Amino acid sequence: MTQETFVQEINYLLFIAVLTVTLLSCAAYLVFFLSQKNHIRRWARFLLIGSWILQSGYIVTRYITVGNTPITTYHEAVFFFAWATTSAYLSFRWRYTVKNFGTFVSMLILGLLFGSAVASREIIPLEPALQSLWLPVHAGISLVAYGFLGLAFCGGLMYLLQERELKSKRLGYFFSRLPSLDSLDQLNSHCLAVGFAFLTLGMVTGIFWSKQAWGTYWRWNPKEACTLIIWCIYLIQIHQRFTVGWRGRRAALMIVGGFSLVMITLWLVIT
Amino acid sequence: MSKKHISLIGVNHKSTPLEVREKIALTGGYEEALNRLRDEQAHEFYLLSTCNRVELIWVTEDTAKTTPNMLRFLFGEAVAPEKWDSYSYVYHNQEAVNHLFKVAASLDSLVVGEAQILGQIKEAYRYASQFGCTGPLLNKLLHKSFSVAKRVRSETGIGSAAVSISSAAVELARKIFGNLGDKKVLLIGAGEMAELAAEHLLGQGAESITVANRTLSRAVDLAHRFNGRACSLEELDEQIETVDIIVSSTGSSELIIRSDDVRPLMRVRRNRPLFFIDIAVPRDLDPELNEIENVFLYDIDDLSQVVEMNRSEREKEAVKAERIVEEETLKFTKWQDGLTITPTISALRKKADTISSSEVSKTLAKMDLSESDRQKVEKLAHAITAKMLHDPLRFLKSESCRKGDDSKIDMVRTVFGLENDDADS
Repeated sequence: MTQETFVQEINYLLFIAVLTVTLLSCAAYLVFFLSQKNHIRRWARFLLIGSWILQSGYIVTRYITVGNTPITTYHEAVFFFAWATTSAYLSFRWRYTVKNFGTFVSMLILGLLFGSAVASREIIPLEPALQSLWLPVHAGISLVAYGFLGLAFCGGLMYLLQERELKSKRLGYFFSRLPSLDSLDQLNSHCLAVGFAFLTLGMVTGIFWSKQAWGTYWRWNPKEACTLIIWCIYLIQIHQRFTVGWRGRRAALMIVGGFSLVMITLWLVIT
Repeated sequence: MSKKHISLIGVNHKSTPLEVREKIALTGGYEEALNRLRDEQAHEFYLLSTCNRVELIWVTEDTAKTTPNMLRFLFGEAVAPEKWDSYSYVYHNQEAVNHLFKVAASLDSLVVGEAQILGQIKEAYRYASQFGCTGPLLNKLLHKSFSVAKRVRSETGIGSAAVSISSAAVELARKIFGNLGDKKVLLIGAGEMAELAAEHLLGQGAESITVANRTLSRAVDLAHRFNGRACSLEELDEQIETVDIIVSSTGSSELIIRSDDVRPLMRVRRNRPLFFIDIAVPRDLDPELNEIENVFLYDIDDLSQVVEMNRSEREKEAVKAERIVEEETLKFTKWQDGLTITPTISALRKKADTISSSEVSKTLAKMDLSESDRQKVEKLAHAITAKMLHDPLRFLKSESCRKGDDSKIDMVRTVFGLENDDADS
């Protein structure tokens, strides 16, 4: 067995391991959501940390196999997206505790991993024109931004669920399991701020990369237009939050809407 | 001697608007008012004044004559005489007893089941008995009302409604705001229930409390109790800009805060969430407030829905409680009816006759006697009871009892155990 096929073999095994461990973590989070027993949450969290380590290992081995930063194919980008979301969540979890946030985030991560699993894992060599340091920097930063926006999306969904129960006065299943509106709103604001900073940085680096690869800063292709719209949506929201204090349901709706656009753009970027 | 009547007049949150109640509520304390009442021709009297009611109970032989006097005492100069009838309620005898029991059991409260009223009645009674205003009849009646309230509380679930409603309000506030540590509470009006909710919120760490009321002096009093500030109703808009939780419970028949008033304020508030709790019946707050973003409105029904105590459940408990009150009222009236000479004499005779005839027939059944011997034994038993009863009956018919000193009759009834039907008193 050559060294290359050996790494490929490891790489494949890691991918299977990532899927399994994340699935287990997500299941544990769901059990915790239903039963509200704290020791289950600890297990879920250990599994998620394990999943993050395995994901990092997968990216490293993929880098060795492909020869460039593995964020150029659909499979690679979505996998990196999942990794960024996991990292963002773990870093966030280190600073704040938001009740049952993990359940929602682990489902998003699992969804993204499955998204990358169905895509072709085939290695496509990068066109020489696109080979530049700007590409991994631009794509990496943008995907980290998406990771934080993904967290905000989960927070937004939780906010909308909780807010609906409070407004309709039918306090049902979610009322006791979801955290307070205020903590969800703070979470959204925090993730949005970090995500937006990375998004802006990602756009700036993208512009430089575009200049280098195609000789022009902005080409108005669907991907760029979409990204600009997303950036504007988040900009408006942040502006409104700081000036007139936009928050609550409207903010949550925009976050959920913005992230849906992110997903569409991601799909456009790759194809 | 003519029979003594228990009469009750009063105003409460149902019969009288808040402005009027405020005018006639006691300002100088119980002592002064009770002293003024001495001039009226009542054997015994008692006075209760709370934020939701003022009630007066007195014992008299002539209700027709004393009732107008008592109404004048109650309303004074504050209300024109032609309005007295529409604002107040007047009950006599059994109805009066029934009403007092209902009030004590918190069935007549703004928030049915709240516990404060019993303490207020006890306090009022303490003053009345301390100044020698109550006698055997009212002592018995009020003590009875305490035990009725206790019975209702332990035998029905009506008491849990009020407490769980205010803790539901706190739970909701925590789901909206997370930590209540830096939240400000505004209390509009001064209901028993609203105060309970405010206390709960403060207990959960709310930062401060502001009390708004139509009359500023009452707001100041209440604010003092909560260690907070007072403001008038005209300042509400400014308050809404800064506070986070608003508990409203005025007696107003109109809306105090409309959604159109609050909508522009949300911009000033920078959309910080607002939680309105409307405890008043009828409602103080516009139901449409709930439509505004970041504003949450819960009225008393919503809150009781939250505690999963649906309406029918609460009514079931209220029906149970009413039954207890009816039962106890009947017991008391029966006791009171016995508290005159004639029924006491016949009850005493009846008891003695029953005992002697049952003992005689028991003994005779075991003996083989001729008809004439039999009659002799019966005569003997009859003579003994008659001689035994002679002195107690003479005591009952004597002048000192005729004067209307119910306590002597009560004593005879107790000594001879004539109250088997009212064993727990």
